[in-house]
Amino acid sequence: MAREDKKTMTTSVAERTTAAETVTAQETTPPAPRGAEILVRGLIKNGVDTVFGLPGGAVLHIYDEIWRYREKITHYLVRHEQGAVHAAEGFARATGRVGVALVTSGPGATNAVTGIATAYMDSIPLVVITGQVPLTMIGTDAFQEVDTFGVTLPIVKHSYLVKDVRDLEAIIDEAFCIAKSGKPGPVVIDVPKCITADLCDRPRRLHAEYLFDGADEPVDEAALAAVVDRLTTARRPVLYVGGGIVTADAADELMAVAETLRLPVTPTLMGLGGFPTAHELSLGMLGMHGTYAANMAVSECDLLVAVGVRFDDRVTGKLATFAPQAEIVHIDIAASNIGKIKKPHLSFVADAKTALRAIAEKLGNLDPAAVEEGKARRAGWWRQLAEWKAAVPLACEYSENEIKPQQVIEELHRVTHGDAIIVTDVGQHQMWAAQFYPFKRSRQWLTSGGLGTMGFGLPAAIGAKLACPDQLVVAVVGDGGFQMTNQEIITAIQYRIPLKVIIMNNGYLGMVRQWQEMFYDRAYSEVDLSVSPDFVKLAEAYGAEGLRAEKPADLKRVLEKGLAHDGVTIFDIVVTKEENVFPIIPAGHDTRNMILK
Amino acid sequence: MQHTISILVANEAGELSRIVGLFSARGFNIETICVGKTLDPAWSRCTIVTSGDDRVIEQIIKQCSRLARVREVKAVTKLPHIEREMALIDVSVRAGDGRQEIMNLVQIFRGKVVDISHEQMILEISGHWQKVDTFIEMLRPFAINEITRTGCVAINRLSALEQGAQAAG
Repeated sequence: MAREDKKTMTTSVAERTTAAETVTAQETTPPAPRGAEILVRGLIKNGVDTVFGLPGGAVLHIYDEIWRYREKITHYLVRHEQGAVHAAEGFARATGRVGVALVTSGPGATNAVTGIATAYMDSIPLVVITGQVPLTMIGTDAFQEVDTFGVTLPIVKHSYLVKDVRDLEAIIDEAFCIAKSGKPGPVVIDVPKCITADLCDRPRRLHAEYLFDGADEPVDEAALAAVVDRLTTARRPVLYVGGGIVTADAADELMAVAETLRLPVTPTLMGLGGFPTAHELSLGMLGMHGTYAANMAVSECDLLVAVGVRFDDRVTGKLATFAPQAEIVHIDIAASNIGKIKKPHLSFVADAKTALRAIAEKLGNLDPAAVEEGKARRAGWWRQLAEWKAAVPLACEYSENEIKPQQVIEELHRVTHGDAIIVTDVGQHQMWAAQFYPFKRSRQWLTSGGLGTMGFGLPAAIGAKLACPDQLVVAVVGDGGFQMTNQEIITAIQYRIPLKVIIMNNGYLGMVRQWQEMFYDRAYSEVDLSVSPDFVKLAEAYGAEGLRAEKPADLKRVLEKGLAHDGVTIFDIVVTKEENVFPIIPAGHDTRNMILK
Repeated sequence: MQHTISILVANEAGELSRIVGLFSARGFNIETICVGKTLDPAWSRCTIVTSGDDRVIEQIIKQCSRLARVREVKAVTKLPHIEREMALIDVSVRAGDGRQEIMNLVQIFRGKVVDISHEQMILEISGHWQKVDTFIEMLRPFAINEITRTGCVAINRLSALEQGAQAAG
């Protein structure tokens, strides 16, 4: 059957099959599908029902198939490709499933780069499909040509330039496997336009089969036994847990280990939600803007058990004096993370769930008397921790005239009963949200941690809301980051995605201003955002509800009104202009230099 | 400390750039790099001479091992091994103008004269990179036009494998 016939055929898959059967009554073999169809079918086969993207010349065939398969796969048209990748990330972060973005060649691909890098830094499983000029035109500086494979090389877990349509099906299958296995990450498939047009009925296997990266390795039993021994006998232990808990869905296992031995737990920014913030064993977040108690605990502990973390500089500060008295245990899915920054005394490679389950099992076999003895040994440590917690709690003084940014988060927590999925941008508001919204569960907190991507919040929230339609999703953003991707409001409007966006409007690039205040003699160089659009009118222009709160007395009413609204709401919350995030350990320093207020 | 890393990587377009890109992105050094296919044409062996302390070498091995198309990474120089490099050296020299001296050097270093004309000689030398260095150094008094070196290849000795087997067993 000729390609042209196929193109003019009716759009539904079922009808097409029927027509094909009639036309080729004698032949039993269906016509060979073109690359674009193989691609879309490959996505469906891998469980994809949601794609974020924006079409262009190089992906027209693929969009033709997206149209034909629209009953099985829903495409959300974003307004900028960065939004597509962030939305796919939001979808992936909220569920653990692989997020998918589809963009065209050249500028489509380069616009996607920030999103891909964001996912790479935070180990988020994505498959990003980029269009490419036809194979014969590669290297000719063709229209909308860019070396996507080269540009994305350092920010992908793996990538492909498809050179033969027979490989396409295997590549898509493998891409999904790579994206979600081991330490997850983004995979880019660069698909030349000619490949999407080529017909193929004989797919072939890839030459070099992908090798699973570490998750299959058995746990090092000797190291495991040693870790269990240290955990039961340490006098001043701390569990330092990160995004690996969330990725591996290991919250229950973590809870079991922590509760059995009564161990204090401190999550990283990426680990928030992996252990309930309000739990009595929780010290709150550690690091640059972590709690006093968590940072002091790490400074004074004699055993630091790090699970699913990578000793990020925003956590460790000055490396030489990070956990200076502790025996350090490092457990991570990626062997490359172990010893990369801080050499541990004990370590083994395993995902957080496998590791913590193995530890919990070993603890179950211990003599209960030994466990009790260990707990008794730590009574003094717990008294000390309680003192630190009481000495410097996370708190802010409210004002009668101005809304405090911390107050916004506390009020949001109250009116949402602590159940909302909170998606943030990057900056001061992000830190306040991390500090003042106690999280109950994994995947309730979605943030750009490693790359620190302003503009992440709004599009990521779109993806999260589509993935979790029954949950309240609130994007908390700053007035700076919001304006980097606010075009995606219209995406939420178009698809009736009832998103709530809280702009913490302080008229500044607040975190930069804070650093300029603290470390650059208050020289506020290029951080003034006092000239901004009227966010309420902007919301209304997009067809969203726009609400403003300027006085503390208005805050609760405005939040409740907007959250009750059945559609998209943009809150312009005018907050204290020059509020600072505390505590802060200045970059490259340690807890001795912690500034509390 | 210099080390030779041997990487078994899929013989696919772009995989070498991935390895080289990883080295530059993570600030690892590449002294020499050398690639060729193996018995199975689907896989290539890439030999990289790099430098760094134990921590750096460990990171290089772990980071390279993460790549989806890398099957094996080893620090060849951490065990007994054979290391070789080859160089071709183009020297301008006329008859009677030092040819005999060059011939002597070639003999001492067990090299070869692979081409000769009225104006020049092309010499081939192979061995440990230090030997190649020394040979080139000895040729300095003559007019060297061009040097091309392959970079190191290295392989572990059987004795090393036996030691490894004993350690494992």
